[in-house]
Amino acid sequence: MNTNTVKISSSNLNLYYGSNHALKDVNLELYTNKITAFIGPSGCGKSTYLKTLNRMNDLVPNVKIEGEVLLDGENIYDQRVDTTLLRKKIGMVFQQPNPFPMSIYDNVAYGPRIHGIKNKSELDDIVEKSLKGAALWEEVSSRLKKSALGLSGGQQQRLCIARALAVEPEVLLMDEPTSALDPISTLKIEDLMDELKEKYTVAIVTHNMQQATRIADHTAFFLVGEIVEYAPTTELFTVPKDKRTEDYITGRFG
Amino acid sequence: MINQVVLPAQHGVSTSNSIYNKRSRISDSVLLVLIYLCASISILVLVGIMGYVFVRGIPAISLTFLTSVPSTIKGTFGIIGNIVNTLYIIVITLLIATPLGVGAAIYLNEYAKGGKIVRIIEFTTETLAGIPSIIFGLFGYVFFGITLGLGYSILTGALTLAIMVLPLITRTTQEALKTVPVSYRSGALGIGATKWYMIRTILLPSAMPGIVTGIILAIGRIVGESAALLFTAGSGYLLPKDFFGKVFESGGTLTIQLYLCMQKAKYSEAFGIAVVLLVIVLAINGLAKFLSHKFNTEVKES
Ligand SMILES: Nc1ncnc2c1ncn2[C@@H]1O[C@H](COP(=O)(O)OP(=O)(O)OP(=O)(O)O)[C@@H](O)[C@H]1O
Ligand SMILES: [Mg+2]
Repeated sequence: MNTNTVKISSSNLNLYYGSNHALKDVNLELYTNKITAFIGPSGCGKSTYLKTLNRMNDLVPNVKIEGEVLLDGENIYDQRVDTTLLRKKIGMVFQQPNPFPMSIYDNVAYGPRIHGIKNKSELDDIVEKSLKGAALWEEVSSRLKKSALGLSGGQQQRLCIARALAVEPEVLLMDEPTSALDPISTLKIEDLMDELKEKYTVAIVTHNMQQATRIADHTAFFLVGEIVEYAPTTELFTVPKDKRTEDYITGRFG
Repeated sequence: MINQVVLPAQHGVSTSNSIYNKRSRISDSVLLVLIYLCASISILVLVGIMGYVFVRGIPAISLTFLTSVPSTIKGTFGIIGNIVNTLYIIVITLLIATPLGVGAAIYLNEYAKGGKIVRIIEFTTETLAGIPSIIFGLFGYVFFGITLGLGYSILTGALTLAIMVLPLITRTTQEALKTVPVSYRSGALGIGATKWYMIRTILLPSAMPGIVTGIILAIGRIVGESAALLFTAGSGYLLPKDFFGKVFESGGTLTIQLYLCMQKAKYSEAFGIAVVLLVIVLAINGLAKFLSHKFNTEVKES
């Protein structure tokens, strides 16, 4: 099973926050039904890159983006793009858990409702399926009508994953989805991602190298806005081509 | 292996690095006394005025006073007409000002990209808030009353007051919108909500306590306003004959009637109206507290 179909490809992508050149000539391809991990030191542009993929950076004032990002061959920065449709296809789980101030049920049903699903039993099914998918169902099934803000940090993060799953995206972008989780929930999420890639294309930012080796098919190493190396995960971690990659993965890098 | 716990020897209170070192400073106690003094003076003043108004006003209040209109034939006095007018003015003013104010706040906070226009509008709203209300009265009289030909009517008064409370509602709504975290917005937009859908389902509900507070403050201003109403809504005191027709007729609010009573040196009636006004204002404040509390707990616990 070694066919790689390109789902998303970015070419010569440059991003500026004002005068801060945060992404420099990023060329990268995400493959269908594969997990791609982004690693690199803090502040190197991993979150920024992830956000360019579903145009969340549009919301930042003074941001300038150059280059091209193709989703199934269509440029997502084309003027004709409806960001609503784009973001339905490319879902995102943010670095900080951000449940809405409403019930657990309404949080998960939020996306499907946007896209016009009103039928109660249909919503019930989606909510249950998504919460099970995010390994949260067991803990919350008895209090779906309670506020999501009463959940623990880790539960909130899984709720946000469930919320993203509920719209059945084609691509799922996850920014450090397990950084606030205990080892058991982390494993659950990792198992989940393994299942998810059957249906979706997944990109994940992680600071945890073991996690990258456990789940990712491909890994990209970022350094101050540039991609230093992008390769199949086993290759990148066993025979890194670049000295800087080697330094970073062996922990000899600040 | 047993770990032995060694307790530190008890130090004397005066040891220099002990945490038992609290000295009471004189300046602190002086300040405390001053603060208590100021607090008690303001409470006393408030209680004093309210007490005085109630003592002088309550004897004037009777069933006739509350449920009839003034009658020269019977020689009786009543304020039901003014109570009804006050309700009319409150409702119509809010019907005009709330959508405009909330809409303006949404535009300023969510759509306008912090440019020159926003600053001009914000400056204007702030200035508008500081203008003496008699100037609104003058403008309302000339523009709505004469130019638009609405004359002395509830509608003229309500339009005038709507302009007056617009900045208040806009401001409080803006403040409320600002407190909604960015992460809620990006979360909603990130799963494909349109901006307007996000505003309706996330922003407005989260900002609701603030908006309600703004509306209630506006009601407070409307109830208490007299200068802007005297020459716009006029001083009619009769009950409406026609529910909608009343909007185009003259109608004096409670404060206007209070003013007229004072002018005619009818002090006991004036105090009676004052009591009714105070009760209304207290009720509004209580309602504001209750509602914002209710909204807060609903969001957090439901
Ligand atoms: N909204 C923003 N406005 C201005 N600058 C930003 C913004 N977001 C990120 N940056 C800057 O862009 C650079 C990359 O940030 P980014 O958040 O992508 O890093 P990261 O690799 O995700 O780091 P971390 O691992 O700490 O999450 C940093 O220098 C950061 O200060
Ligand atoms: Mg990040």
